[in-house]
Amino acid sequence: MSTTVETVTRPSTPPSKRKRGGLNAGQGRRGLFLVLPTIVVLTVVIVYPLISAVILSFQKDSGLDKATGLFVEGGPAGLSNYTHWLLADCGTGRSSCPPGSIGSLFWPALTITLFFTVVSVSLEVVLGLWFATIMNREFRGRGLVRAAILVPWAIPTAVTAKLWLFIFAYDGIANHLLGFVGISPLLWTGDAWPARFAVIIADVWKTTPFMALLILAGLQLIGSDVYEAAQIDGATRWQTFTRITLPMIKVPLMVAVLFRTLDVLRIFDLPWILTGGGGGDGHATTTLSILVIKQIREGFHSASALSTIVFLIIAFVAFLFIRFGGADVVQRPPKGARGDKVKLTENPAVEAVAEGN
Amino acid sequence: MTATTGTAPGTTTSDVAHAHHVKSERWKNTRAYAGLALIVIWGLAPFYWMIVTAFRDVGYTFDTTPWPTHVTLDNFKTAFSTDRGNHFAQALGNSVIIGVVTTVLAMLVGVFAAYALSRLHFRGKYLVLGFILGASMFPGVALVSPLFQLFSSLGWLTGANYQALIIPDISFALPLTVYTLTAFFSEMPWELEESARMDGCTQGQAFRKIMLPLAAPGLFTTAILAFISAWNEFLLASQFATSTTQPVTVAIANFAGAQPHQEPYTTVMAAGTIVTVPLIIMVLFFQRAIVSGLTAGGVKG
Repeated sequence: MSTTVETVTRPSTPPSKRKRGGLNAGQGRRGLFLVLPTIVVLTVVIVYPLISAVILSFQKDSGLDKATGLFVEGGPAGLSNYTHWLLADCGTGRSSCPPGSIGSLFWPALTITLFFTVVSVSLEVVLGLWFATIMNREFRGRGLVRAAILVPWAIPTAVTAKLWLFIFAYDGIANHLLGFVGISPLLWTGDAWPARFAVIIADVWKTTPFMALLILAGLQLIGSDVYEAAQIDGATRWQTFTRITLPMIKVPLMVAVLFRTLDVLRIFDLPWILTGGGGGDGHATTTLSILVIKQIREGFHSASALSTIVFLIIAFVAFLFIRFGGADVVQRPPKGARGDKVKLTENPAVEAVAEGN
Repeated sequence: MTATTGTAPGTTTSDVAHAHHVKSERWKNTRAYAGLALIVIWGLAPFYWMIVTAFRDVGYTFDTTPWPTHVTLDNFKTAFSTDRGNHFAQALGNSVIIGVVTTVLAMLVGVFAAYALSRLHFRGKYLVLGFILGASMFPGVALVSPLFQLFSSLGWLTGANYQALIIPDISFALPLTVYTLTAFFSEMPWELEESARMDGCTQGQAFRKIMLPLAAPGLFTTAILAFISAWNEFLLASQFATSTTQPVTVAIANFAGAQPHQEPYTTVMAAGTIVTVPLIIMVLFFQRAIVSGLTAGGVKG
């Protein structure tokens, strides 16, 4: 190249080398210009539907009026779509929705969704920690193990659900294996508790790998010298685990738990294909998302109210995790020491895992 | 972890203690390998069962031999047959169209945002990041009723309107793309670009010749993650797909068998194998990149 340094009219030195203040003006405009397309697209595909769902949720569904038996066209509904769900009010007062009808299912669906979330995420944390600890050792065939653990993650959930439907069939392999230990065959997708555990087992199978990989990324940040020091000081294995390992992987672990918790709170495909939301009295595995989809066939506006409630629940849980749970998802640098880089979910961990062989 | 040598310095050198040490190390290794075997079985056993069943004659669906007996390719033929109203081949094509277009669009839009977020300093950066992060936590089910009404008023819920599936898929793929790419970009040695420019490259040249080759693995990994997320999507597709635009996930969930209300297990396992095996090969091939992408984004695909 023959051009000289002088011809470079606007050397774009990184901001850290610049004086703070007005010199960033050009970069600021460029930055906003570059993120604008993403903001616009996300506004169109998420914010607009969200706002229109809120507006729709204050409209009456057209249909037969329960009180008069006449067909009504809709119109403003006030809060009735919300009281419909929260109070199981089908038009004639609190708890007036007949048992088993969609309107009476909000609290059972919320309970079962929370149950799935707590059990599934707890099992995943325990198994994920265990898997990550095993995989954190030096061993041959590391690539094979990591590839094997990615298989459940990569299979589409719809296929996972069908696969476990087959495994849990009455004549299927799960009942056959239970037969070996003397347990009589279960109606996995028919009875309430077996159906619920079928959903949990399939979900834990599919998503533990994700948890294990994120935890592994955290584990690889801890230097072996820390453990050696602990050993010399005579720490027991349990002490080492609770005093060193857990605190040091807290951030990646909490991020993983946050994402998994939100995933299970909105779970749909797996119970929908595996049990159709049924089992037991017909709605033993009806999660909040399944309830929304069932309601959409009955009326959009009360479905919109329900989906808005689901959105609020999820936003609230995310808020709790980020505010109080230590799930530092956007690692915002402390004020006054703003770096040039945005650190996301432990980037050294990314390096560590990427180069982990 | 330190290598496990026979004698650890600092411990007693008596033969008994030594033998004990070796024994406990061996026991530790055995346990570790048992653990590794368990992880491999965990990941592969159900998947293996799907493939074995895909090759089983339908009369032996519930055979429990651990290897396929009465091997046949009929299930694959049945999966592609349109006799029972299944359009599996078409659904495969639809999934490819939807996956590729979603990935390309999400990458095109997302790469600029990720560049700005990782490299530039501007006001409102953390607000934008928070917004994108919030978008990745958004429950898809909240999109269904408003988009259903919008799409039906636009007439998109009949015929070959792929946009009715691609546009909502962007809501999952784009936050994932921006988030993962931002993590990749912030790890890149941007100083190289500076020095190339010092040596006389134009900004365009410096980007094309120096930064793009370095960014390629990150871009590629992100594209794979976005494609997998679009390929695996079910909820919105199950509501917005028409019989012409139905992707494989919906097709597999609705597979009809010879008799109504009877699950055609072997056919579904064959279809599942066809849908999954290309993904698995891709995952095995790019395993290291995918793991780093997953941990970078922290977002499930």
